[in-house]
Amino acid sequence: MSDKITKATRHVSQNEGLIFEKSSPGKRAFDLPSLDVPPVDPQEVLGDRHRGEGVAGFPEVSEIEVVRHFTRLSTWNYAIDLGMYPLGSCTMKYNPRVNEFIARLDGISTEHPLQPSELSQGCLKILELLEDCLREITGMDAVTLQPAAGAQGELTGLLLIRAYLESQGDPRKTVLIPDSAHGTNPASAVIAGYRIENIQSDSRGQIDLAKLRERVTEDVAALMITNPSTLGVFEQRISDIAEALHSRGALLYMDGANMNALAGITRPGDFGVDVMHLNLHKTFSTPHGGGGPGAGPVAMKKILEPFRPIPVLIGKRNGELALEENRPQSIGRVKAFSGNFGVLARALAYILAYGPGIRQATEDAVLNANYIRKRLEDVFDLPYDLPSMHEVVFSDAWQKATGVNTMDIAKRLIDYGFHPYTTAFPLIVPGAMMIEPTESESKEECDLFVEAMRAIAREASSNRELVKQAPHTTRVGRLDEVTAARKPILRWKGTDHSAA
Amino acid sequence: MRYLPKSPAERDQMLEAIGAQSIDDLFSRIPERYRLQAPLKLPGPYSEAEIVRYFSERARENSVGYSSFLGAGVYNHLRSVVTDTIIQRGEFLTSYTPYQAEISQGTLQAIFEFQTLLCQLTGQEVANASMWDGSTATTEAVLMAERLTRRRRILVGRSVHPQYRDVLRTYAKSSTLEIEEIPFGADGTINQGSLESQIRDDVAAVVAQSPNFLGAIEDIPALAKTTHSPGALLIVAVTEGVSLGLVRPPADADIVALEGQSFGLPPSYGGPFLGVIATREKFVRQMPGRLVGQTVDTDGRRGFVLTLAAREQHIRREKATSNICTNQALCALAATVHLSLLGKQGLRELAHQNLSKAQFALAKLTEIPGVRRPFGAPFFNEFTVALPRPVEDVNRQLLGEGIIGALPLEPLYPELANHGLLCVTEATSRGEIEKLATALRAALAAVQVEA
Repeated sequence: MSDKITKATRHVSQNEGLIFEKSSPGKRAFDLPSLDVPPVDPQEVLGDRHRGEGVAGFPEVSEIEVVRHFTRLSTWNYAIDLGMYPLGSCTMKYNPRVNEFIARLDGISTEHPLQPSELSQGCLKILELLEDCLREITGMDAVTLQPAAGAQGELTGLLLIRAYLESQGDPRKTVLIPDSAHGTNPASAVIAGYRIENIQSDSRGQIDLAKLRERVTEDVAALMITNPSTLGVFEQRISDIAEALHSRGALLYMDGANMNALAGITRPGDFGVDVMHLNLHKTFSTPHGGGGPGAGPVAMKKILEPFRPIPVLIGKRNGELALEENRPQSIGRVKAFSGNFGVLARALAYILAYGPGIRQATEDAVLNANYIRKRLEDVFDLPYDLPSMHEVVFSDAWQKATGVNTMDIAKRLIDYGFHPYTTAFPLIVPGAMMIEPTESESKEECDLFVEAMRAIAREASSNRELVKQAPHTTRVGRLDEVTAARKPILRWKGTDHSAA
Repeated sequence: MRYLPKSPAERDQMLEAIGAQSIDDLFSRIPERYRLQAPLKLPGPYSEAEIVRYFSERARENSVGYSSFLGAGVYNHLRSVVTDTIIQRGEFLTSYTPYQAEISQGTLQAIFEFQTLLCQLTGQEVANASMWDGSTATTEAVLMAERLTRRRRILVGRSVHPQYRDVLRTYAKSSTLEIEEIPFGADGTINQGSLESQIRDDVAAVVAQSPNFLGAIEDIPALAKTTHSPGALLIVAVTEGVSLGLVRPPADADIVALEGQSFGLPPSYGGPFLGVIATREKFVRQMPGRLVGQTVDTDGRRGFVLTLAAREQHIRREKATSNICTNQALCALAATVHLSLLGKQGLRELAHQNLSKAQFALAKLTEIPGVRRPFGAPFFNEFTVALPRPVEDVNRQLLGEGIIGALPLEPLYPELANHGLLCVTEATSRGEIEKLATALRAALAAVQVEA
């Protein structure tokens, strides 16, 4: 451990095998209440054909072993609760604990999605208020809360566009996607049945308006744009872009992954966007949980509203709320039941905590990104120099001469007590280092990050191997990903007892 | 604002370091006419106490205090407090997708254990972690079968969850898939004769659910035999994972699409749940979703990484096997903890209690004149009942007794007028079952008197 690393130090890390390796017949961690009805004979009830032998291989362990097992595993993770997590495009902000509390209340977590609507008014009011808030924040006319995640929001938005254009007797086959877009954009467009045309960014990383105008033919259904772009830069000519599409009968889709740069400052509905998704697990603070769950509500202009997926939240004549299934123009159902309700409730709790003050969160997020940019721009290459919003994208161009690349620097950041930034994205920046601090970082934490990055830049020339071999302080070193993919071991087979 | 860690002085220092006059300078790229001039019209700011009060008030407007007999893909099971305690540890709750393996070994090893548990449960060789829910897992399984067989016709049992079939139709509309349904027979399971007449060598997959939506357990080995003869794949959806504690696992299926909500996740008004796809090793490169693999580090120590990413959207973009990115990882962790707690014995006992209570409930209810079970196939913890009156009418009377009764089936299956779907789990007490029987008997008797 280097004495110039001030944020982190060493501590004991417990070893722990797989849960299966702790198993011994007869141990147990869970007791049911005693059975209060006559026990049946499964053989008799299910018959030979359906009676199983019992699950082979399931662990047999005690409660304390389960608690210790997963607690030990947890200590091997980095987390926002431990420190800054500057993953660009991921918006790793503080996940307020009260959100976890309210999502687990009796009467919230306990509710069945098919129970009568008169016994679900509380849940439905939560959905209604969240829809209202998201309409206000985006400046759109209607919202669906159904999509389970951002990618499903993209798919839903594109299906809305498709349904609308078909209703106009004008089905189109192509979706335009900038080369800086998230990978989900093209993947979602293919599932929505569209052909993809990639459009190149201009020399400043922006949409090339003249070229765009050439590309918007009568076969183009939509452009999927991310604004601010994945470079963290606001598309200044956004209303011209919208106009270029609208004048040819095409629509503008906005990937709302970067809404944390805009909430309370400006509204996509005002600057020409027709439909967009929001990632509640980014801008609206619901926890990433190691990869999910999220929620991907879609906000839209009035022309798309009739096509919303079912169920649709409606107000009945008696003043009660209900979920309506019978919507002939709907694109259909995108997910069973009523959205990722527990995630939606957490997002509403976040919005209520800020109210109109959500603007301050956005300002602080942009302030942090610009502060870090300013304090690092003399040591790292800034390939696109337009003003940054909530994130800044450097490249490893100045370090490359020494043989140190973005991944090496990222791994060395771990030794300094930080989670790495996003590497190798966006694709238009070779050796990208994409940094999104969010508003949750104090000046102190930003300063520590800046000092770590500057120290690593010095190490890249003074002590190259130190950086190339990083991380040095983790319980495992760099892992052999090539073998993992060539000879996949995807489950425990009871043969490997090597110590962890 | 309590979530924001900066004092006004610190903000000023940072602006000064940047060389900006005011915070507005940082937004100067946004055209003036699009910048909001007035604050957003949002409720708040609320203190923590006010947030808790708002949601507590909403909770009281729901079904607290009612006994529910609803299942239909969402099950009320007992959950150990250990599960929620573990998944609320910040290291799990507030971490990202484990791309940086060296500081994500906790999540990665837990997912590896999850994949193993799901293979053991389903009798399959490889399981992913994870899909959004059972409905999207089923749809993704169909898209996977299309890629594997290069065929387009899909046969789906009408006994598959109606909402799952809806989701499949939504996705199919913008693809070249042709969806056809297979009727169910008199015993409530897929009609084998119909399947035999519908299946041809242009069929990519047959989709069954077991136990199916009507509660009946499908004959998976028989379905597999018929499906495999023209080279089609059998997809089995499982909405009630607890059944696998006693019911033979769908090992004959080529792809299993499972909803894992029963493994430690609350009903939560419909989500977040846990979709899983499990399949054979030879199909793994066409699988959607994330996978964790075991490997070694530079010193030969065991470790885990996300692997086979060449299937995924962030690498392959429009050529990916799916658009899924954010998944249900924390729900998969909850299931891993829950299943570890249950263990081999616990899962079997849990399944046995469900089976026993459902049998008890059926016996109690069919003692009532006019109440019968129309389907003969074995069932697990859910069953269809036929009543002498519309289920909605009966349910209104039951609500007055504090009971949420059977799910009416007629809106979903017009031929099943007066039929309802009832679910009983280990969380349903004998007293609740007896109360339902008494209330149902009274409700039906009252009408006879009126008539």
